[in-house]
Amino acid sequence: MTDLPTRSLDLKAVLSGSSPTAAKDDHSEGMSYLQSVPRRLVTLYLPLSIIVIILLFPFYWMGLTAIKPDEQLLDLDKYNPFWTWNPTFKHIYKLLFESYYPYWLWNTMYVAVCATILSIIASVLAAYAIVRLRYKGANLVGGLIFLAYLVPPSILFIPLATVVFQYGLFDSPMALILTYPTILIPFSTWLLMGYFKTIPFELEECALIDGASRWQILIKIVLPLAIPGLISAFIFCFTLCWNEFIYALTFLQSTHNKTVPVAIVNEFVDGDIYRWGSLMAGALAGSLPLVILYAFFVEHYVSAMTGAVKE
Amino acid sequence: MAEIALTPRPPKTEIREASAWDQLKHNRNWLGFWFMVPALVFLVFFLAYPLGLGIWLSFTDTRIGRVGQYVGTENYEWLWDDAIFWLSVFNTLLYTFVASAIKFGIGLYLALLLNENMPFKAMLRALVLIPFIVPTVLSALAFWWIFDSQFSIISWSLKQMGLITQNINFLGDTTWARICVIFANIWRGVPFVAITLLAGLQTVQPSLYEAATLDGATRWQMFRHITYPLLTPIIAVVMTFSVLFTFTDFQLIWAMTRGGPVNSTHLMATLSYQRAIIGGQLGEGAAISSAMIPFLLAAIMVSWFGLQRRKWQQGENND
Repeated sequence: MTDLPTRSLDLKAVLSGSSPTAAKDDHSEGMSYLQSVPRRLVTLYLPLSIIVIILLFPFYWMGLTAIKPDEQLLDLDKYNPFWTWNPTFKHIYKLLFESYYPYWLWNTMYVAVCATILSIIASVLAAYAIVRLRYKGANLVGGLIFLAYLVPPSILFIPLATVVFQYGLFDSPMALILTYPTILIPFSTWLLMGYFKTIPFELEECALIDGASRWQILIKIVLPLAIPGLISAFIFCFTLCWNEFIYALTFLQSTHNKTVPVAIVNEFVDGDIYRWGSLMAGALAGSLPLVILYAFFVEHYVSAMTGAVKE
Repeated sequence: MAEIALTPRPPKTEIREASAWDQLKHNRNWLGFWFMVPALVFLVFFLAYPLGLGIWLSFTDTRIGRVGQYVGTENYEWLWDDAIFWLSVFNTLLYTFVASAIKFGIGLYLALLLNENMPFKAMLRALVLIPFIVPTVLSALAFWWIFDSQFSIISWSLKQMGLITQNINFLGDTTWARICVIFANIWRGVPFVAITLLAGLQTVQPSLYEAATLDGATRWQMFRHITYPLLTPIIAVVMTFSVLFTFTDFQLIWAMTRGGPVNSTHLMATLSYQRAIIGGQLGEGAAISSAMIPFLLAAIMVSWFGLQRRKWQQGENND
């Protein structure tokens, strides 16, 4: 079976659905006309809608809880829990003006942007060197970087905590800015290696003959051509930073230094029975920036996700 | 014109001998080394060194704020007799196997569904990925609220349907707590599996299905003999990643149960956090994390051979 013809992964097609298959050339529905409508209803639309509803329900519930008045939250018998006719912004107001939430949001953003930029710079240089300079042992280093990608934070956080303490970085954003790249660099190097390989090296040969240095080639030829890859790497790294929990939980202590995920888990969970509204508002506000970013760059996001697996 | 032609041309710059510096500037190994420096600094100081340090710490009795003495394998001997540690190993294996198997099943099914032609295809695909984008901790909090013991929407709905009379104590009962965390993990992992497998599915030539249809193949036969064999390499890689991340999961458990009730959802990662950071026993915690390494190595081996096989299938030089 191994010699069946395969087409290369077309990442744009994954999301846009406009796959350049033969089906598009003649009639757009492919072979689906072979199935009757009732059959498609049962085998396709029904299971698909169940799965999609389950996947999205927690977000609906998060949003609904964030705008429900307190008495409706806890009295499930008098009010229909699935809807509310009198939304309130009390929880969101409390979140933004009576807590450290804006600080936490800022911390998360600051750490994520700094760590991502550092990692991208390091990864661009490393990926270019591995793919194009092909120094002695480049393949070995590439393999080691892939292995580094597989080392999970949950076995590193204990020794890293002692290292962070030794370097005097404990409880400062620098602790996260310097440790997050260990998660990001292996991933983005691997991703960018894939992109750099697709750039024809005849272009680089021309530039070399014209007397360009490697540095000029990288800045003026390779990087402009690899912009989609850079965006993918940037967005995915940013998301990973925003999502990171265990390092932030271990290395940060003071309330105003925390990042959103850690702060919500630790600071909002008190004995208050009415906490749910602000807790869910906090979770929603912490997710929205990523979802908005994702909405603008869906294709890049998917190519980053599948790119890491592809190589 | 004449004046211009007569003015002496500026002397040509002489061609110098290539100095040692010039040769060095074009030496691949030398350049490559400098290009690698930033990445290597991070990876050596914050990844390789801590990895070694973690193994060393597991042989000491270090506590927070006190440098430890070498104590040999005492931490491991201690763990060997520790029922809670073995419970956490059991939980981790259960969590990983059950969640990964179901994620694979549903993920593959969802990928096949999304690969069909239908209206709003692009939008559906984008929506499906959202659980993967949202920070795990924040969606875990939503699940915490959905699985609340008193105000759970699931208990309420089941009661309205007349299926149960009492609220289900989702996160307070050991079996239910395990089911709930596994469910939340599946919920978060399915989009990743589905979208990556979908990318793999789109590389399959439609003409193969057309030929099979003409030969009278059923839909199951088409899946079994065309789709599945062509997807195997990508399945191997995706599932290795999935297993690896499930095995070392921390944040979902920490946000939902913190290992409770009675340690029934403690994974090795959460137990090591509890012992090392909350309990202060860095040595013991490091021993628990080091005990995860053999399992991870096994997963990496699988991944490696999966990749090799993929290379072999597609031909060696597919750069």
